[in-house]
Amino acid sequence: MKKVLLGVTVSALLIGASFAGAARAADISLLNASYDPTRELYANLNDVFATKYKAGAGKSIEVKTSNGGSGAQARAVIDGLEADVVTLALSYDVDAIADRGLIAPDWQSRLPNNSSPYTSTIVFLVRKGNPKGIKDWDDLAKPGVQVITPNPKTSGGARWNYLAAWGYALKKYGSEDKAREFVKAIYANVPVLDSGARGSTVTFVERGVGDVLLAWENEAFLAVNELGKDKFDIVVPSLSILAEPPVAVVDKVVDRKGTREPAEAFLKFIYSEQGQTIAAKHYYRPRDSDVAKAFADKFPKLDLMTIGDFGGWRKAQATHFADHGVFDSIYQQ
Amino acid sequence: MCSVQVTAPMKINPKAPGISASLPAPIPAQLSTQAAAAPRHRVDAREDAPWVRFIVVAVAVAFMGLFVVLPLACVMTEAFAKGVAAYFAALTDPDTLAAITLTLLAAAISVVANVVFGVIAAWAIAKFDFSGKNLLIALIELPFSVSPVIAGLVFVLLFGLQGYFGGWLLAHHVKIIFALPAIALATIFVTFPFVVRELVPLMQEQGTEEEEAALSLGASGLTTFFRVTLPNIKWALLYGVLLCNARAMGEFGAVSVVSGHIRGQTLTMPLQVETLYDGYQITAAFAVASLLAQLAIVSLIVKVVLEARLERD
Repeated sequence: MKKVLLGVTVSALLIGASFAGAARAADISLLNASYDPTRELYANLNDVFATKYKAGAGKSIEVKTSNGGSGAQARAVIDGLEADVVTLALSYDVDAIADRGLIAPDWQSRLPNNSSPYTSTIVFLVRKGNPKGIKDWDDLAKPGVQVITPNPKTSGGARWNYLAAWGYALKKYGSEDKAREFVKAIYANVPVLDSGARGSTVTFVERGVGDVLLAWENEAFLAVNELGKDKFDIVVPSLSILAEPPVAVVDKVVDRKGTREPAEAFLKFIYSEQGQTIAAKHYYRPRDSDVAKAFADKFPKLDLMTIGDFGGWRKAQATHFADHGVFDSIYQQ
Repeated sequence: MCSVQVTAPMKINPKAPGISASLPAPIPAQLSTQAAAAPRHRVDAREDAPWVRFIVVAVAVAFMGLFVVLPLACVMTEAFAKGVAAYFAALTDPDTLAAITLTLLAAAISVVANVVFGVIAAWAIAKFDFSGKNLLIALIELPFSVSPVIAGLVFVLLFGLQGYFGGWLLAHHVKIIFALPAIALATIFVTFPFVVRELVPLMQEQGTEEEEAALSLGASGLTTFFRVTLPNIKWALLYGVLLCNARAMGEFGAVSVVSGHIRGQTLTMPLQVETLYDGYQITAAFAVASLLAQLAIVSLIVKVVLEARLERD
């Protein structure tokens, strides 16, 4: 028995040693806390950046990624996840981290384009041939249509989905009360709220639940082009919202770890022509005008509202998504 | 014929107090009452009509097939959907290897911690009387009734940056949350009761006579423990370790909350399955899942062997 215990302890220590050794492979290790659907984008960006950085600075670098719902990721960074950079779905989630003193309050003006190196929008993904005839937001509120969208409490994409629906209804029906009824009718058609956008895509694509997925444009393209052109169609609504996913260096973390220089270099790399091209290849709309021109035919043109139409993210968050906000009141009834 | 059928389920524990003392010849006494009743009343399911037996067995087998064998077969089929080479390629991916290592490490830590704690706690409960004993027993059972997600959140509240010890830990460069220590702590929390629960009834039954004899013959406390107590409980202890290990490797909820989901660093095998699945790497996800399934099967076999040994003791 003694020997068994001793054996277990020794092997645990050995495993631990090898584990610790493996973790120290690169000279510099960065952690990027990102939102849910960026897995493929950052897997690509990380590799290319590492090669470039090694050639320029002469040090090997490894960028690790953690993915989850944007709000949940912000919460994790607030709770101590040591991310050098955050690349989230919307600026409120970065503000939430800044409010705890981990990121400087002026973060959004430190990089071009409100610190969002790429944009996206919200479109519909439907089953091939669009059997339910879904054309626009009105079709989502009809009885008998199952809508898949994540939980706005934890997911950034879900909040863009919600605001796009709200903005459409407000414009069409002209009053806040009508918009509330409209959005409520849509959420009455939602059978399951996943915690992040990728969770919802998997629910729709792999598990075959639902008639329509409210999706990031990049996520919808990925599903169609990588998982089956013969399985899904993209429907572009008449009006949607310009989603600006922001990036920021987490000041408190990089200053403690001494990684400010590589962390800032990583974010600047996303803005470079090479980074922008990689973003466009992963169906994110590039900011760089030359790259945008080269990929212009890939992205459908549509009318887009901005978060400014809702008074900015802080106001939208407080009105709609905070506890006892509009979302709580329509989803609980 | 009848007497044989009756005796099997009526095994009387000679150790059980009361029976052997008050009834000098308990077995014949039991037999005579049962034997007298047997011709008129059914006393055994094995006397039911063949078609009833068939249906009962068929339902049980169908249920097992539908809810256990079929899903397991599914996991294996999906894991090998792209061939053996893809299966091993998926398992030797650096991120997956890191997940396997982390899982083994977290399980090893929680097994060691639970063995040490479990033996001490079981000893205290079984061999001593003290006030608050029932409270201690209730607390040990608590992890069974607490949702694993809550278990994880507790550690975030304690050790997270905004938690009670967050500032102090940061100032002293101690990393607990979103790293191995928190994963190990969460795993220990959910596996807490397994070892104790196996040991307490056995140690209570064994009493303290043998230890007292050893001590009175001049053995030291440690010698008594290793030469008398441990051999007496070793099979129950191994059984507890087995259950603890199986749960530790399979734990999802509590670990998910404290993991931070850093690929190649803080993902255990169950979390790696989720991450791969969400990354549309279905075959790789099932390959890792198949490892967990194989672990379950090995655990099952060892469990049957250990149960046989326990029975014999």
